[in-house]
Amino acid sequence: MLETEIKVTPELAAEHGLSAEEYARVLKILGREPNITELGIFSVMWSEHCSYKSSRVHLRRLPTKAPQVIQGPGENAGVVDIGDGLCAAFKIESHNHPSYVEPFQGAATGVGGILRDVFTMGARPIAVLDALRFGPVTAAPGAAGASAESTAKNRRIFDGVVRGIGFYGNCFGVPTVGGDVAFAPCYSGNPLVNALALGIARREELFFARARGAGNPVMYVGAKTGRDGIHGASLLASAEFTEESQQKRPNVQVGDPFLEKLLLEACLEAMQTGAIVAIQDMGAAGLTSSSCEMASRGGVGIELDLDRVPQRETGMTPYEMMLSESQERMLLVAERGREDEVMRAFAKWGLDAVEVGRVTSDGLMRVLWERHVAAEIPAKALADEAPVYQRPMAPPATPRGSGPLAEFAAEGANLTEDFTRLLAWPAIASKRWIIEQYDHMVRTNTLAGPGAGDAAVLRIKGTSRALALTVDGNGRWCRLAPHEGAKAAVAEAARNVACSGARPWAATNCLNFGNPEKPEVMWEFSECVDGIAEACNALAIPITGGNVSFYNDTLGQSVYPTPILGVLGLMEDASHAMRMAFQEEGDAIILLDGLKDGGASTQDPRREFSSSEYVFALQGIAAGAPPSVDLNAEKRLVEALIALATEGVPRSAHDISDGGLAVTLAECCFASQGLSAQVEIAATEPAEAALFGERGARAVVSARTSQLARLREVARQYGVGMQEIGFVRRGEFQIKFNGRAVVAAPCETLHVAWAESLPKLMGA
Amino acid sequence: MKFGVVVFPGSNCDDDAFYVIGKVLGRPVEFIWHQSTDLAGADAVILPGGFAYGDYLRTGAIARFSPVMREVEKFARAGGPVLGICNGFQILLEAGLLPGAMLRNAGLRFRCMPVHIRVETTDTPFTCAAELGRVLTVPINHGEGNYFCDAETLAALERNHQIVFRYTTAEGREDPSANPNGALANIAGICSRERNVLGMMPHPERASEAALGSTDGLTVFRSMAQWLGQHPSKLEARAENAPAAAAVRV
Repeated sequence: MLETEIKVTPELAAEHGLSAEEYARVLKILGREPNITELGIFSVMWSEHCSYKSSRVHLRRLPTKAPQVIQGPGENAGVVDIGDGLCAAFKIESHNHPSYVEPFQGAATGVGGILRDVFTMGARPIAVLDALRFGPVTAAPGAAGASAESTAKNRRIFDGVVRGIGFYGNCFGVPTVGGDVAFAPCYSGNPLVNALALGIARREELFFARARGAGNPVMYVGAKTGRDGIHGASLLASAEFTEESQQKRPNVQVGDPFLEKLLLEACLEAMQTGAIVAIQDMGAAGLTSSSCEMASRGGVGIELDLDRVPQRETGMTPYEMMLSESQERMLLVAERGREDEVMRAFAKWGLDAVEVGRVTSDGLMRVLWERHVAAEIPAKALADEAPVYQRPMAPPATPRGSGPLAEFAAEGANLTEDFTRLLAWPAIASKRWIIEQYDHMVRTNTLAGPGAGDAAVLRIKGTSRALALTVDGNGRWCRLAPHEGAKAAVAEAARNVACSGARPWAATNCLNFGNPEKPEVMWEFSECVDGIAEACNALAIPITGGNVSFYNDTLGQSVYPTPILGVLGLMEDASHAMRMAFQEEGDAIILLDGLKDGGASTQDPRREFSSSEYVFALQGIAAGAPPSVDLNAEKRLVEALIALATEGVPRSAHDISDGGLAVTLAECCFASQGLSAQVEIAATEPAEAALFGERGARAVVSARTSQLARLREVARQYGVGMQEIGFVRRGEFQIKFNGRAVVAAPCETLHVAWAESLPKLMGA
Repeated sequence: MKFGVVVFPGSNCDDDAFYVIGKVLGRPVEFIWHQSTDLAGADAVILPGGFAYGDYLRTGAIARFSPVMREVEKFARAGGPVLGICNGFQILLEAGLLPGAMLRNAGLRFRCMPVHIRVETTDTPFTCAAELGRVLTVPINHGEGNYFCDAETLAALERNHQIVFRYTTAEGREDPSANPNGALANIAGICSRERNVLGMMPHPERASEAALGSTDGLTVFRSMAQWLGQHPSKLEARAENAPAAAAVRV
């Protein structure tokens, strides 16, 4: 039976993921029953992935405006002014479900998709970062009793994802300059793969996806359309996972980074001709979303003739062509009469640019196939009038984090062994095994690559400036206290950017959550959005876009609520970039604290301690509540760090985050040329809280002793606490607590535990 | 004196080589499109890193058939200096301008990291300004850099001092632990018997500025400039009508 003869029924609509109300809305918009192609089109455009129907009402609370913002949410990428007539386009997006089903291609096409979002704006991509979350890859206590079979599977996913990211970025020619990775059992059946891309464009050469000019040709460029990825957005990204999900492998797209490289160069050259009016990549929902969104934004219609669409397979139906998510394709609107200029640019790179339709003034997305109308839908209704839901929200019946708390070790206990185990825990251990598989140097802008500083730093050739970039988010904290956890994500990202010497300038976010139809998940989501909004307002960081990924559930189990914040920083003078490595024996080690009084907490110290990476890694406990975030203190620290960097006072800077002060100090040593540290701290709290506690608003810097007076002065000026806690040395790494050495070991021994953990696990 | 940087559609280190020569070294430089049938009057040619035509088949396998490579072959046979970096090295092997072949890295993973390479000969246009035996820190960035050739070829390479760079420790010791990809005899770079064609896996253009962590790679480009300055006659000798027959024998 021809698909045009398939009778659309409410049941078929339900199979397409449309609810009864949504189907009624379709009937109202069309004034008739949809045919099967139209049903497919509505189902993808109104999927959670494309329509943000559950998140939209909440996302409005995020701050998106600031003088530097040129383009906020709603385009392919956000854009901010970075001076010298240049702007930065950047965005983060998830590719979680595909990466579980087919780790290599899932991750690869995730990178490909976000790169296209950036160069669609006319910006040449200069950096990629990835935030990754996997199930446990080791049998350490943090794995919470995961089976050997499960950890082996998680390692395979981890390995495939890393290879996939490298495969795509390395060939395309964009450096992968940073990212973060964490492990917890909730990600076993649902890893998170969030890719961020950053591009640079001259301000007057930006492109937008707004079609205009009735009669202008609509042109198709890039790869041919095949049957791959059909319903990727609706079935893969907008539904929970079950045991059958592996069978959705055909829904995962296959990436061709070489073709994408050609597309990049050809698009940038075609844009230079001035003959392009609008352009959008074909990502989720491919031909459908690119055409109706460009039409809707421009307030016009678009007519597509599917017989002219380059096809990789024979016998494709309109339904398949409109829903295909074949990669490396773009749709553009050119000026009538200048098609040749566009075609020439693409021909130079060996690509076809084919006229497949035209802009119309009737506001309809009309799809022609074999000389009849295969679909006809008002573009605006399709793109912008998707249902918006105020989904029910409910806080959990039992307050989060109420499980048994971790106990502190006996007073005076030696913590060296526990510290060594913490250093080998995959989330803390050296990421060199990952980093080496990524080209992080191409384009020769990388002043601080992965692991060199708290944020990646990229110079902008032809100017004195540099950009800093980081991605951060702590899912465990957001699980325990969503609002505070989300604030902490923003604060940490801002702190990281400031530790590299840059001013936090703008942010993009990727919000990874479970099934939004669960009131508890929606409560988490709403709390996290509020936390992000509060922190972004306090730190004056506008959100310029991002992505929401719901339905991160497998067999009814949701992942931790995991908002990932990507923060972009701007540095006036690239030579001010700070890195984490200690520089010289005898330099002073200083703790900067945005909370001058050290932030004495009134709550049971075991609660905060139980939320730490240390306790999670060593005891498998995730309980209590994360440290509360004092945004004023964070702000003070950020300002002090920027001022210090500008003066070139610190010789290294590294914030305190996962693993606490002890891990921060160790990382400053490990990044150096064989240097170590001798540190002494005095406190009334237990030693483990002092060493491994993760309260924010703190950073460790090192400086020549001759600079201490100046450091103290700047700290005072910005209202930041400054405490000289030790000095850089060689040999033994020692931390004394209240006069007693609680950690003492040759630095090289600690380094080996840290450096060899991942390679051993991953069989390198 | 003019440098030419060849641009294959999948080259991605072309801009970086161009930048180092133009901005850091301050010499004239021009891009040469892969479909070009001349070398734009270049006096030295660089085949940059990247994935020339995607390299899904075998690195450099398709690139050797591109129009520009016929010109590069002619130029090389006439004694013109040709530097192949990473993918450029792979292409030179496929084109038969250098002997041997590349295997997947031992360990089968892509590797991007700084390595140490020792200068094994200064008798080339690419190392004439370097110090013999000096250890340079230059990054590698490849999945197929595991150089291989048969015993006879290796003996010839050794005998003729065609091994230009070897992977060593920071102290200059030739050690298996210093070999990042399993390359035969720790080979990081070799030149043709006539010494005017160099292929090297490490990326000197990524180590030519202090801000990027090392200026050791600049030695290669400085040597080329010095050599061109000292051999104006070689430039004239670069005949346009050199025979386009079989590849240079080693």
